[in-house]
Amino acid sequence: MDGFAHQIIAGIATGGIYASVALALVMIYQATHHVNFAQGEMATLSTFIAWSMVEAGFPYWVAFAATVMLSFLIGVLVERLLMRPVQNAPVLTHVGVFIGLLLIVGNMTGWIFGYTTKVYPSPFTSSGPLMGGLISAHELGSTAVTLVVLTLVFLFFRYTSLGLAMRAAAYNPRSARLVGIRVGWMLALGWGLAAAIGAVAGMMVAPVVFLDPSMMTGILLYAFAGALIGGIDNPLGAVIGGFAVGVLENLAGAYVVGTELKLTVALAIIIGVLVVRPSGLLGRVVTSRV
Amino acid sequence: MSASENVAIPGTIPQAVPVRRGMPAWQVALVVLGGLVVAIAPAFVLESFPLFQLTMAVIMGLAVLGLNMVTGFNGQISLGHGAFFALGAYATAILMSHLDWSFWATLPVSAAVCGVVGYGIGFPALRLGGLYLALTTFSLAVAVPQILKHKSIEDWTGGVQGLFLVKPDAPAWMPGALTPDQWMYFVAVGVAGVCFLLCWNLIRGRIGRALMATRDHQTAAEAMGMDTATLKTRAFAVSAIVTGIAGSLSAVAVEFVAPDSFSLMVSITLFVGMVVGGVASILGSLFGGLFVLFVPNIAEAISKAAPGVIYGILLIAFLFILPDGFAGLLRRIAGRLRGRG
Repeated sequence: MDGFAHQIIAGIATGGIYASVALALVMIYQATHHVNFAQGEMATLSTFIAWSMVEAGFPYWVAFAATVMLSFLIGVLVERLLMRPVQNAPVLTHVGVFIGLLLIVGNMTGWIFGYTTKVYPSPFTSSGPLMGGLISAHELGSTAVTLVVLTLVFLFFRYTSLGLAMRAAAYNPRSARLVGIRVGWMLALGWGLAAAIGAVAGMMVAPVVFLDPSMMTGILLYAFAGALIGGIDNPLGAVIGGFAVGVLENLAGAYVVGTELKLTVALAIIIGVLVVRPSGLLGRVVTSRV
Repeated sequence: MSASENVAIPGTIPQAVPVRRGMPAWQVALVVLGGLVVAIAPAFVLESFPLFQLTMAVIMGLAVLGLNMVTGFNGQISLGHGAFFALGAYATAILMSHLDWSFWATLPVSAAVCGVVGYGIGFPALRLGGLYLALTTFSLAVAVPQILKHKSIEDWTGGVQGLFLVKPDAPAWMPGALTPDQWMYFVAVGVAGVCFLLCWNLIRGRIGRALMATRDHQTAAEAMGMDTATLKTRAFAVSAIVTGIAGSLSAVAVEFVAPDSFSLMVSITLFVGMVVGGVASILGSLFGGLFVLFVPNIAEAISKAAPGVIYGILLIAFLFILPDGFAGLLRRIAGRLRGRG
């Protein structure tokens, strides 16, 4: 039974990472109704930036803060330069730009930083075993960071006027524009926030899976699955979904399919949710006029 | 259905309807003859490695055509066509190496398997619009190598090591002694040629117009009496068959299949080939095949990462500047020349 409890807790810890990436995906979806396929690669690049700062001798949390801010800027820049020109183009064009972005960012990361696996430090260390050895300090710390990020995002959207403006811009761009909200910039802001959240997720996952250019590919899929379970337009749902996928993946890996088919579990979840309940558990059912 | 053929639907963007221009018979004959010469000549001019590359380019072109049938003409975005490519390749490889079938005998089986699986995937795809379908097929593409490596089918797939096969020899009745490379080239060109012709026939007819109508305005297409669900699932099946046959060809051309050669990159490569060659263009698929085979080779000389970066940059550049791809560029140039002349 101890093994089972450990699987669940380890699942919650990895689920925290999925939850943050899922949150980043939902952020972009809320702001722009897009799902960014390059989210994982962008997060990996951010983590590499943080890694080179830590290597250069900056204290961990300074590097952390600088990376989050830099990632925010990168996100805004990507929206301004790549997404804005094709705003009104068909979906195929958007998917194409995402794939292009994935290729460029992913390969540039490998080109600049090399393909060797690197060790990334964890800021959380403990002197003794926690909760009877059930959970590592890093697992506990990264889960806490995820929850802090979620709370911040929630407070931002709920209680700041900027958050309200962003929600308005996503909900009804035309009316939002009429009351003086700069809708275009709200979209860019959404991309920036998503990139920043992705960076946090990358830095939290890197000590666990080790840092290499393809580190996030699998994680991105689990995050998609998590976001879909919770409902792609619901930040809280995405976080719950992310945790659920983490636990599910760990249990399936340990008891059902073995570790080799873990990605297929994500695929099965994605297809299952989309076919059975496309709006997710907490999402709104969207009907559209034709 | 017949009423829908000549009625323009207000509010939709008119798509290029194939105009049948009368071409004198001698011109048609000249074009066909020229095409044959261009297709056959490389086998006797090129060395064996460039010829192999050209063979692969033709095969990739065929795979891109498959993707184009469902994504370009029918508007269902698939980022997972590498899965059908892998399925076709493995079907042929397993039949050839375990059961000693001849390559030709495996083709119908491979096509049937891919068709059934494609049709099956077409059903959940019906419920998923645009981005969601792209996302689901994307995750399919990521999961393919894992599924292929799985222990339960290792006896058949050869696991991580993969399977080795041998190129078919040229039949004895062929004039002159063709090397296996030359024969493989003819096999690829022949099979691809037939598939291109069939797809072209499908697209320029009533079904093709129905596919495009479904893509451009599904509600309007339904209102005109088209069974869009049937059209979409069948488009998926046809597309899977074409890409699967390309996979079969690639298995014998490379003489080897292994899980890691069917990574996400294959699906992305096909997508890039489609956009660069020309979305919803039959001939464009061939340009796409040439592009995805030769550009990475050139780029690889710069760095291991360069092909990906160049793919990405060109993909975005094409979407921004030439959204209808290389085929669209040629069409535009041809139109301008004709206008002047």
